[in-house]
Amino acid sequence: MSKAENKRPLVEVRNLKQYFPIKTGLFKTEMLKAVDDVSFYINEGETLGLVGESGCGKTTVGRTLLHLYEPTAGEILYDGEPVTEKNILSMRRKMQMVFQDPYSSLDPRMTVEDIIGEPLDVHKLYSTKAERREKILHLMELVGLNAEHATRYSHEFSGGQRQRIGIARALAVNPKFIVCDEPVSALDVSIQAQVINMFEELQEKLGVAYLFIAHDLLVVHHISDRIAVMYLGKIVETGTADDVNYNSIHPYTCSLMSAVPIPDPDFIRGRKRIVLEGDVPSPLHMPSGCPFRTRCQHACEKCAQEMPPLTDRGNGHMVACWVK
Amino acid sequence: MAEKKDYLLSVQDLHTSFFTDSGEVHAVNGVSFNLDPGEILGIVGESGSGKSVTAYSIMQILESTGKIVGGKILYKGDDLTKWSAAKLDKFRGKCVSIIFQDPMTSLNPVFTIGNQLTEAITLHTNKKGQAAVDRAAELLTLVGINEPQRRLKQYPHELSGGMRQRVMIAMALACEPDILIADEPTTALDVTIQAQILELIQDLQKKLGMAVILVTHDLGVIAELCDNIIVMYGGRICERGTAREIFYNPRHEYTKGLLKSIPNVNNMKEKLVPIAGTPINILNLPKGCAFCARCENCMKICLTDVPEELNINENHKASCWMNVKEVFEGGTK
Amino acid sequence: MENKTPKKNPLSMQLNLSKFNSYMFEKATDEEKRQQDVMSESTTFFKDGMRKLMKNPLAVGSMIVLGLILIIIVFAPLFIPYRYEEILSVNGVRDKGAKNLRPFEYSKLEQQYIEAGGTRFPHIFGTDEQCRDYFIRVIYGTRVSLVVGFFASIIVLIIGMLYGSISGYLGGKVDMIMMRIVDIIYSLPDMLIIILLSVVLQTILKFQPGSLLDSLGTNMISLFIVFGMLYWVGMARLIRGQILSIKQNEYILAAKSIGAPTGMIIKRHILPNCISVIIISTALQIPSAIFTESYLSFVGLGVQAPMPSLGSLANAARGGLQNYPYKLLFPALMICLIVLSFNLLGDGLRDAFDPKLKK
Repeated sequence: MSKAENKRPLVEVRNLKQYFPIKTGLFKTEMLKAVDDVSFYINEGETLGLVGESGCGKTTVGRTLLHLYEPTAGEILYDGEPVTEKNILSMRRKMQMVFQDPYSSLDPRMTVEDIIGEPLDVHKLYSTKAERREKILHLMELVGLNAEHATRYSHEFSGGQRQRIGIARALAVNPKFIVCDEPVSALDVSIQAQVINMFEELQEKLGVAYLFIAHDLLVVHHISDRIAVMYLGKIVETGTADDVNYNSIHPYTCSLMSAVPIPDPDFIRGRKRIVLEGDVPSPLHMPSGCPFRTRCQHACEKCAQEMPPLTDRGNGHMVACWVK
Repeated sequence: MAEKKDYLLSVQDLHTSFFTDSGEVHAVNGVSFNLDPGEILGIVGESGSGKSVTAYSIMQILESTGKIVGGKILYKGDDLTKWSAAKLDKFRGKCVSIIFQDPMTSLNPVFTIGNQLTEAITLHTNKKGQAAVDRAAELLTLVGINEPQRRLKQYPHELSGGMRQRVMIAMALACEPDILIADEPTTALDVTIQAQILELIQDLQKKLGMAVILVTHDLGVIAELCDNIIVMYGGRICERGTAREIFYNPRHEYTKGLLKSIPNVNNMKEKLVPIAGTPINILNLPKGCAFCARCENCMKICLTDVPEELNINENHKASCWMNVKEVFEGGTK
Repeated sequence: MENKTPKKNPLSMQLNLSKFNSYMFEKATDEEKRQQDVMSESTTFFKDGMRKLMKNPLAVGSMIVLGLILIIIVFAPLFIPYRYEEILSVNGVRDKGAKNLRPFEYSKLEQQYIEAGGTRFPHIFGTDEQCRDYFIRVIYGTRVSLVVGFFASIIVLIIGMLYGSISGYLGGKVDMIMMRIVDIIYSLPDMLIIILLSVVLQTILKFQPGSLLDSLGTNMISLFIVFGMLYWVGMARLIRGQILSIKQNEYILAAKSIGAPTGMIIKRHILPNCISVIIISTALQIPSAIFTESYLSFVGLGVQAPMPSLGSLANAARGGLQNYPYKLLFPALMICLIVLSFNLLGDGLRDAFDPKLKK
């Protein structure tokens, strides 16, 4: 709770848009609106969970934050300073990323030592070889890796250990903010808990803030202070983790929450599930107005005409819905 | 023992191995279970636990390097490990069907949905021509696909992931099998689509009365659907019993650890208790209990002896030395 | 049963407790637990690949065959007293009877010489119609064929690698234009160009008499030029494809997110990851170059006489095919052995090193 009192936004995103040109015909190019007018902030030492189904643009948000894609429009501020193509190198010492796939995110031809040492090389964060090695061993210890394994190759490790290597690489530059792009979804259940706990311990120790992108709502609820729910490139609901989970307002969030498979037979068989009809529309042919209206039970005329703005429903709980 | 014939499917001491460059890999080591008609059985475990291999062994669709090296698989009392290839071809689809994790790769992209469905129907039933097409449309309606006539003419890439999984289920149901094996049927799908598919499987099971074997790593899915659960680790069964017994009265250290390592719905901020260590390397199985290296209550005997299965009660069996220890200490006190 | 355990544990009746003792239920130490959980031995990618390669009997066999051939062509000329262009003579007298000898046969003059107490090295493969030792000619032919194959492959590799990696890494419009050029080159008839080039070069190029280039002849130079101009396109396409797929990997994205500059990404991540494909395709390129050289020599566009190559030897053997079939057999067998060995070795390398085939 002490985290919430610390009200200084470390990272702020204002009206971020990320469109990708898609060839749809011989001479026709359409814009795929992967992220469409998204705004949010993350306080120092806080975790913002970003949830949504595949194709909703959550991964794109994470990557655009680090300028891996050039944003189409909008602003990204780190500590009040805009992140641009010019200062991105220095920004990458403050913002880092952990990737989803522990198998493809580590170069198979490099040893653990070289993988973790790469950011140190790029930003020249050491003066002697011994210092480099010492820093690497410290990082390995920090993420719970055995120092003896420094000279091994990544393919010799299990998924959980590989993800630890990826986290150590992100921590090497001592960042204040890390984008975690589905860091546990490729791991076995028993290993997920290890990695989640490590994220939490690192936050306590180092005070880093996370943007935690995931589709597993239970995990996101557990780790996040606040949650933002995305649907087709737009944030439809955001608020504290408990508010979004227990008092969800947006019909999409409600159905999402009711669909989470909860490992408790009595509870899950007793609950009423809101099963959504149909599939997510293609982001190339977005419905007019509210993107969710095609699957929404409560949709009215107004929903088809205009996208509802995010409005405060108390305690910073913002919802974008005309009906609810 | 005597009423062996009553089981729809009875797997007895199944051993399946893969013969690779690095030697023999024991993927399944002595798995036994029975399946009643109309039962939903869940097999849960993490990667390398042998859950999928068990399912493939039942279907006899193992890769070329895989081989059933021991045990029996009795279908209505008849051991199908001894059947000829021709008899097995009839058995697959007609008696047992399987649906896979990735619906995109299990459908052939160059044929229409209709083509593939009618092929499955003509292959296994005596319906031909228009009758088969009608049956295909009927099946699509059954799995909740609107406008079946139009869908039949579409190619797999024109359908969404959830829709494709529905088509796969329709195909599996083409000949009304007694047993449907679902291998991670919802892992590749989003939460809301997953909910649709689970609902569908449940509905169909009630409507058609078939038995379902659900193979998954997702405890939530298992909790929702299954009557009985088998927990596997390192190619062996740790524990099996009714869903309530497994979730509320776990008697194997692995199951206990697994349940503690997922976020608690009632107290979200409670710290997770992970299982230590790394997942088992099936190339290098320990001599004793497969879980011993990661178990926090590991005892000397766990390192050397494979635990025997004990009846905790009539609905619950577990293979863990901790249960024996409890009796032993109770007995000597 | 019921009086055995006061707690009336239902498990007790299933157990024979006498086989247990309390030691068994002591907690295992961490040390004991760790012994159960050993990490497999550390291997590098290269070591692992070599291990797999050494397990492949065909690949090992081809390596042995290639090794033997290499040893023979390097060392045999050192102790065989004939030269490839030397017309046999005994004691300074030209041996006119040493024409078309069978393997290990001596001419009359030589027999007299041996009877007179002289030693004469046997003609292992016999002699040709110009009274030259055939064995040494086959060895020189193999040398020429291998050298041509090797250098042609290197030319192909260098040009293809540069072109392909530029095209693949830059992508977009540059890639589009570069690949259309490749398509155009693909459509040129290579035979026609070789013939045209050798005719043109014959009139332009004049080499110093006696130099290596002179003895190889303009045909060979045009062959190399054609390889350099036309045959690299396959390699370029392959490497471009490889780089495109490596670019998709998240570790490239990770390197970018760290802030690594483009040059560092290419050097550290992209090149090391396509090296195996480059080695494999070079190994497969060598036999195809040898083949091309052989059939060009066979149709008379190859090396300049008297320098032999396997193809020109086979061509020369055509004349007396009915009387001396073995003269075709030796060079043909050599071509087969070399090409087959390289192909099998290339396949073995691919099985062992190609990351895509890894489980």
